[in-house]
Amino acid sequence: MSVVATQNTKVSAETETGVVKNWKNPVIYTILALLSVFLIGVRAPEKTISLGISDGVRWFQAEPLQINPQVYGWVAVAVMLALAAYALVTTNAGKLLGRWVAPLFWLTFVTGLLVWAIGSTTKPSLSLVSLLTGAVALSIPMIFGSMGGLLCERSGIVNIAIEGQLLFGAFSAVLVGSITGSPWAGLLAAMAGGVLVSAILALFSIKYLVDQVIVGVVVNVLVSGLTGFLFARVLQPNAPTLNSAPKLPGFEIPVLSQIPVIGPVLFNQNVLVYLMYFVVGLIWFALNKTKWGLRTRAVGEHPKAADTLGVNVNRLRLMNVLLAGAVAGMGGAFFTLVSVSAFNSDMTAGQGYIALAALIFGRWTPVGALSAALLFGFSLNLQFVLSILGTQVPTELLAMLPYLVTIFAVAGLVGRSRGPAAVGTPYVKE
Amino acid sequence: MKLELRKVTKRFGDFTANDSIDLTVTPGTVHCLLGENGAGKSTLMNVIYGLYRPTEGQMFIDDQPVEFSGPSDAMAAGIGMVHQHFMLVPVFTVAENVALGAESIKGATLDLESTRKKIREISDRYGFQVDPDAVVENLPVGVQQRVEIIKALVRDAEILILDEPTAVLTPAETDQLLGIMDQLRKDGKSLLFISHKLREVREISDDITVIRRGKVVGHAQPTMSTTELASMMVGKNVQLTVDKDAAQLSDKVFEVKNLTLMADNGVPLLKDVSFEVRGGEILAVAGVQGNGQTELAESIIGLHPKATGSLSLNGTELLGMSTKQVLRSGVGFVPEDRSKDGLIGSFSISENLVLDLFDTPEFSSAGTLNRSKISANADRAGTEFDIRMGSKEHTASTLSGGNQQKIVVARELSRDLQLFVGSQLTRGVDVGSIEFIHKRIVQERDKGVPVLIVSTELDEVYGLADRIAVFFHGELMGIVPPTTPRSVLGQMMAGATYEEALAADTEHSEASSVSAAKTQVTESAPWAEGEENER
Repeated sequence: MSVVATQNTKVSAETETGVVKNWKNPVIYTILALLSVFLIGVRAPEKTISLGISDGVRWFQAEPLQINPQVYGWVAVAVMLALAAYALVTTNAGKLLGRWVAPLFWLTFVTGLLVWAIGSTTKPSLSLVSLLTGAVALSIPMIFGSMGGLLCERSGIVNIAIEGQLLFGAFSAVLVGSITGSPWAGLLAAMAGGVLVSAILALFSIKYLVDQVIVGVVVNVLVSGLTGFLFARVLQPNAPTLNSAPKLPGFEIPVLSQIPVIGPVLFNQNVLVYLMYFVVGLIWFALNKTKWGLRTRAVGEHPKAADTLGVNVNRLRLMNVLLAGAVAGMGGAFFTLVSVSAFNSDMTAGQGYIALAALIFGRWTPVGALSAALLFGFSLNLQFVLSILGTQVPTELLAMLPYLVTIFAVAGLVGRSRGPAAVGTPYVKE
Repeated sequence: MKLELRKVTKRFGDFTANDSIDLTVTPGTVHCLLGENGAGKSTLMNVIYGLYRPTEGQMFIDDQPVEFSGPSDAMAAGIGMVHQHFMLVPVFTVAENVALGAESIKGATLDLESTRKKIREISDRYGFQVDPDAVVENLPVGVQQRVEIIKALVRDAEILILDEPTAVLTPAETDQLLGIMDQLRKDGKSLLFISHKLREVREISDDITVIRRGKVVGHAQPTMSTTELASMMVGKNVQLTVDKDAAQLSDKVFEVKNLTLMADNGVPLLKDVSFEVRGGEILAVAGVQGNGQTELAESIIGLHPKATGSLSLNGTELLGMSTKQVLRSGVGFVPEDRSKDGLIGSFSISENLVLDLFDTPEFSSAGTLNRSKISANADRAGTEFDIRMGSKEHTASTLSGGNQQKIVVARELSRDLQLFVGSQLTRGVDVGSIEFIHKRIVQERDKGVPVLIVSTELDEVYGLADRIAVFFHGELMGIVPPTTPRSVLGQMMAGATYEEALAADTEHSEASSVSAAKTQVTESAPWAEGEENER
């Protein structure tokens, strides 16, 4: 009897899965491609762009790349129109789009837009290396922040408080760094500051079961108010002794830093960047390859299952939330020990929230979140670079760029991404 | 290992869930704990597994007193549990699920390879056919359950608790599970089997302890008849069959034609389903949970705007109407999850009784609710449907499952219906209320209303149906008369057509039962299970 049953199960499992015609992407492609015809095609700037590619490399010199925005613009427009037409035809025929279509389209669109934006500045000449180096540096707080978010969320706690952890980390770093005169002590203090903020989050969300989103927001407001007050009353009047920390050093890694373009971008950086590589690698390894990681993921997905197997759910969550504070705190140190050497009120400017967006965009994985944070860092740096080059786009609009990229990335591109199943739900034993 | 409970009591506040329970499970036997929903079986299991602390009483393992402060203590003592709701992380692989909590490590890293090896050993030994690298959410329910058993066995469990393990299985999977339990028994394990399904209990048990309202009410032998066991479990003589006369067809008709529904990811949920229900008959939809029955019911009520085909009720097309329009055209609907879709737990009983009627002229005018009418309606429904409530102003969530379901049924049956659709009408409902609800459904049918019942309980299907429609993977496998043997229906539920199932069934009974410990009852009257069940 079971023979019949299994045969049939197999047949039905293999036979047709129908296709639901999804017009969303083809329509988006068509609209963007048509818009591009006018923007980066018809209205392409006339000046030729010069893009330096060999800065920072001693053994190799190359002429800057010359890009004609008109040529590039029309090529990009042609590619986009072709892709849009292909998408429309394929969808109409009831077939699924290939996986290569979306990345290719967006790459063409974004580079087309970039070439247009750079070409329309008053002096369209820049170094690719410095553009990317700046992007990596500016991503640091977001990367650390998203790693902090990841540690929390994978174990089932929503971490809206990344912003507060970054800000308090920055504050603690400058205070201790200035007093001791050591940036390393400052870095440790930043981690401790992050842990302190985490402790509030943990106390209310794990022990008192308060809604985690609300606790997170309240913590952010609290930290913002507290550091603002202390800055105005304590740091500012004593700026030379309390608000001027020595910077963390940067250094060049031999050999690796001499690889053209990526060498100087990745291996001639501040020590905090190298620390970031280590932390991301460690979290990736720990999450996927260790006992701690298995338990953390289990607690974030199905805490009750973990509990019935003898895992102490709330203790593990507490540990991870505190750890997250330390990691996010390191990101806070970027603001006062790398970027500038003084604290200013609300200097994190919402980057904690962008870190959270990076985590979601990166689908809750370390490498994904890292890539997303780098993308956001790039758009942040692009805003600075464009205004230095003298773009015609108003600076206020440019300042919106990173946030626009974030919202489009999270809402549009990511599709339906699935987070840890139990995130946001406190675990209570019956 | 021998497990013994002496006078174990568990109280939650004033409520006594378990009242001085005595129970002994000896090695090499299957001991069944039989009781209705809410009799305190699950509480007792949680006490044994260390999730709850007993208020009074003692537990002994091999005559040594034990006390558990958590599941890890229980596991260390050799107790394993297969939970009713699987305790598996859906996105993990089998190996990860098995390793969790008892990880073997190599240096700093997790050693999943040794776990995989253990899984393969156990899998080979008992013929489980479980791939350690399969992701759990992609596995069929029966296999997921075997993963749960592997979890217990990897931890060297000698005492195995199975909490309602057959609730989610197809008949064929149930037979496989019973075979596995038999093997484990022969291996000298002590098994504690919790169930309220009498057929299985009689088939596999060595001893039966019956509990009712938290108390042991007696011991039974597997040789006793289902009717005897049922009345022991419920405490009165219950009528397991539903009294009904032959169907008197009326001219009302509900016709489903080429109903098709795709999920967003392109997986078909309903494939070209066509059938007809005439007034005065009950069509019962049978199938394992998740084979399109839910979607069928939801499509009828207008919850799936993307469904294509036709749903015509006395000539009116329902597809394309909003849910409210469908309800107003005279469709009564009982959803499968009453606490989620049928009731608002924090609303009062009288409010819940008018949830889909409150804006009719009967209960409101000029945008204002007519409280006295609503209250009078609650009194009427309370009496008519025997809803046991303290006050009609109490919130619905304070009632038991059976009484909650009566509210939903009362609300849907208090209108003049053209069609009645009910999903899992008696899930989590006590036997007394089941009897009552079934009677009301038959009354509705006798009024000449077409009735469509979706149920995963074969007993219910056989009890109510005039015709049985079997669903598998969103497809209608066929419509069969209620005299079809259980085994044939079971195979149809696993994807065979009626002809295939019938052929395979005869073949099987000729080849005599090769598979161990499965008593294939040849059922002329399926519901009677070949014994003295007076019909």
